[in-house]
Amino acid sequence: MRRSNSIIYNIDWLTVVLFLLMVLMGWANIYAAVYDEEHANIFDLSQRYGKQLMWIGTSIAIIAVILILDGSIYQTLAIPIYIATMLALLLVLFAGKEIAGARSWFVIGGFSIQPSEFAKFATALALASFLSKKERNLRGLRDKIIGFIIIIIPAALIIPQPDPGSALVYSSLLLVMYREGLSGAYIFIGLSLAVLFLMSLLIPLLSLQIALALLAILIIVATRRSKGFWIKVVGMWILSAVLVNTVDYAFNNILEDRHRNRINILLGKAHDPKGIGYNTAQSMIAIGSGGVAGKGYLNGTQTKFDFVPEQSTDFIFCTVGEEWGFTGSAVLIILFMLLFFRLVQLAERQKSTFARAYGYAVVSILFFHFTINIAMTIGLAPVIGIPLPFFSYGGSSLWGFTLLLFIFLKLDSFRWETL
Amino acid sequence: MQRKYLFFSFFTLIGLVFLARLFYIQIINEEYKLSAISNVVRVDKIYPGRGLIYDRNGKLLVGNQSAYDLMIVPRQVKLTDTLGFCELIGIPIEEYKERIIKAKSYSYLKPSIFIKQISKERFAYIQEKLHLYPGFYPQKRILRSYQNRAGSNVIGFIGEAGVSFIKDNPSYSQGDLIGKTGIEKSYEDILKGKTGQIYNLVDVHNRTQGSYENGAYDTLPQPGKHVTATIDINLQALGEELMRNKRGSIVAIEPSSGEILSLVTSPNYDANLMVGSERTVNYSKLYLDSINKPLFDRGLLAEYPPGSPFKVINALIGLQEGVTKENTTYTCHHGFHYGRLHVACHCGTSSPIALRLAISKSCNNYFCQVFKSIIEKYPTAQEGMDVWSNHVKSFNMGRFLNNDLPTGRKGLVPNADYYDKAFGYTGWRAVSAISLGIGQGELLLTPIQMANMTAAIANHGYYYTPHIVKAIDNKPIDDPNFVERKYTTIDSVHFPVVINGMFDVFETGTARGSRHDTIKMCGKTGTAENPHGQDHSIFVAFAPKENPKIAVAIIVENGYWGSRWAAPIASLLIEQYLTGEINRPAMKDRMLAGDLSDEYEKQLLSIYKKPIKLSDAEK
Repeated sequence: MRRSNSIIYNIDWLTVVLFLLMVLMGWANIYAAVYDEEHANIFDLSQRYGKQLMWIGTSIAIIAVILILDGSIYQTLAIPIYIATMLALLLVLFAGKEIAGARSWFVIGGFSIQPSEFAKFATALALASFLSKKERNLRGLRDKIIGFIIIIIPAALIIPQPDPGSALVYSSLLLVMYREGLSGAYIFIGLSLAVLFLMSLLIPLLSLQIALALLAILIIVATRRSKGFWIKVVGMWILSAVLVNTVDYAFNNILEDRHRNRINILLGKAHDPKGIGYNTAQSMIAIGSGGVAGKGYLNGTQTKFDFVPEQSTDFIFCTVGEEWGFTGSAVLIILFMLLFFRLVQLAERQKSTFARAYGYAVVSILFFHFTINIAMTIGLAPVIGIPLPFFSYGGSSLWGFTLLLFIFLKLDSFRWETL
Repeated sequence: MQRKYLFFSFFTLIGLVFLARLFYIQIINEEYKLSAISNVVRVDKIYPGRGLIYDRNGKLLVGNQSAYDLMIVPRQVKLTDTLGFCELIGIPIEEYKERIIKAKSYSYLKPSIFIKQISKERFAYIQEKLHLYPGFYPQKRILRSYQNRAGSNVIGFIGEAGVSFIKDNPSYSQGDLIGKTGIEKSYEDILKGKTGQIYNLVDVHNRTQGSYENGAYDTLPQPGKHVTATIDINLQALGEELMRNKRGSIVAIEPSSGEILSLVTSPNYDANLMVGSERTVNYSKLYLDSINKPLFDRGLLAEYPPGSPFKVINALIGLQEGVTKENTTYTCHHGFHYGRLHVACHCGTSSPIALRLAISKSCNNYFCQVFKSIIEKYPTAQEGMDVWSNHVKSFNMGRFLNNDLPTGRKGLVPNADYYDKAFGYTGWRAVSAISLGIGQGELLLTPIQMANMTAAIANHGYYYTPHIVKAIDNKPIDDPNFVERKYTTIDSVHFPVVINGMFDVFETGTARGSRHDTIKMCGKTGTAENPHGQDHSIFVAFAPKENPKIAVAIIVENGYWGSRWAAPIASLLIEQYLTGEINRPAMKDRMLAGDLSDEYEKQLLSIYKKPIKLSDAEK
């Protein structure tokens, strides 16, 4: 069967449309979030919506470049790009400009560039490239560890900026390794760790220890399996016991007050809407006051009068919730769901492991951002400052997500050419 | 199962969790919508002009003036020239720092008062340069402006509502000004008007962003109603002038209406001290002045033994009870003697005298006899005493007036029960309480009660509850408590003889020195013994004899005897009120020059064991 080589015919238009819809909706909401009558000109570069328009324009230029360039370069250049980005992350710790207490930006000619936003696609490329080698076996110890190291390096470089939120994003790449053969046990262990972690914060230490011991005994008695299983259970029990003790100690002795407070607010242990839980409280008020149909575009009082902090960046969803109500929020969630489903579909139809692994990396990173960001605005997760892909204001993040997505669409567009 | 389905399930799960959560907070839970409104809506008050207060002749007593509170929003303050700013508003730099700290501790974002009640004149100067200092802005306040120095105690003053008051009256809030004393207090509800409310949209920094729902909920302020006091400000001013350097009070009432014509207390204070930025300092000075007690309204609160004027009441009770007749005579042997009991008398008569003469000469013996015969008319002294007590109480003595003045005292009119307790046994007799016959002993009355008593005599047996306001927004009051006659237990037929006796007091009796050539006055002197020092000089009077227009009661504390100070002052006041002028300048000058400071300082010396000058008291 003869296929046209033109990118126009081969690109996945559904994803492109979803992308454009989100970026435009995002822009409209940024306009609403910073709107005031004095600066109504949408091209006003002194305002965030003016700048975002410029970021959108440059993103389209980036897309054009990606689509025109030969798609095979990414696999070839994956490791050099990764190394270069890691060096940039290292450099920004020393040469970066400190903004709002974090050393995350290079300032070049009046524009700030955040290397951690670019590290996402670089790490995704590197991981995909590593996983695509024929002899890889994620059941073996060596490859597992190399995979983990690829993920951990950028996270470790981002934490000291400090930007723990962005660092956490890299944990989502475990999903890629899972898809490529990593035992589900790691996901299980990861989730168990998270649950144990939460439990140790929520439940008094002694009760938790007793509960864990009882659970271990119950499992052993109920299953009456081999001696080996018995030892495994006891081993896990001891590890869990040590973990909860450590978490409890770390929470009370190592964390700073502000972190402790944020976690306490989230866990419902402290209620203080005017103080430390202010962001979450105001964000939920804004979204909750939207009702079924919202207050109407540009009529959101909570966002317009600055009650919601960071409303054009991390809390952009508040504007959607307040002005468009449940209807608008649901549309946004459904759009993201469609995007994720489509991307998994696209990833699964790839012939090369590189493209498939990269596709899963894209969807995992986007999904992680989406989940944490929305959960934070509706009070289901602590305030972790990461943007909502395509919606939040910010050049680096928009460029980063655009690169991430469109490199995958490029790979997808010539999937039958590789074997 | 293929691993991609795990991804699909995971995504779907998260999507559904979010949709459920959003459904809950956006559609089911109403709390967030209410919080959103309370976030952005700020209700601002617009204060109405407080009602004005006029005197009975339409002279303005209290008006309004605007002043300015200097407000501060600490967040917006960017002072480069702190010294210049301090010079502009006239405070030392230390005080500036203190006030900044205070404002910040209240709120960094919200406005608070930096300096209170700057006068309009001073503010005009400040305003010119205020724009140089961001973070400060003026807020207009409406303050009182007092047109006269006289009548401060009657009018009262306003001040910021206290925390406990606001708790009991939720329609008030912090910073509201309310009447604290006088008419300002008792007519607060009428004078205050209705505060307007403006619903403003505000941003997170509390900056106004426009009106809420286009002003659908806004209300306009309604100015307070005007009040016409019963006071005659000229009479009040004259009374205050005559009482200068004397302690005591004057209460004058119009008998035909119960309207209080003047209510003088001395020493008094100047109401203008209660306005403006110095108010707090001035108020505590006055409040803490335990020597002069300028905030203590003696006319309403001081309780004195009434002394001889009360003999008139005993005469009336005797007549009503039938134990005394117009021509009943007693012979005075320099006093009343009963066993070992002696009540001295200086009436100077030695032959039998009848009631009329007994009043004009103020014979102690006569009224002790009258009192004794009243009590002894009944089988037991207890019964007699209760009959007597009820007659006295029918003149509104020994109970609260329940009128429109915010303060008052009951005084003390003893009854049988009282003496049973005081003596500790029930076998006492009329003579045990014989001092009551001459208005001494346990009996205590406030000056306003004495004035009302005099009005009741002038009216031949009834009175109107004395009150301080005659009209609201020019509409005469119609409170039945003030416009309906209250009858005493004495029939009107018994009054003429007593009134003739009181007329003789001026003509030939104890107050003949205060007689007026053309005005027929009736009065009764009093010289009330008291444990603190010299006797009080007391006088009650009404005039003219026919169709009386004014009844007064005057107490000059430690003024030796009734005709020395109280009687001439009463006479002058009556002359002023009835003729509009005073034709006895010598008498007036003598009263004005009267200074009892020496006597008061003597008392202070015995209390504090060290010399205290009255003029230094406020320091």
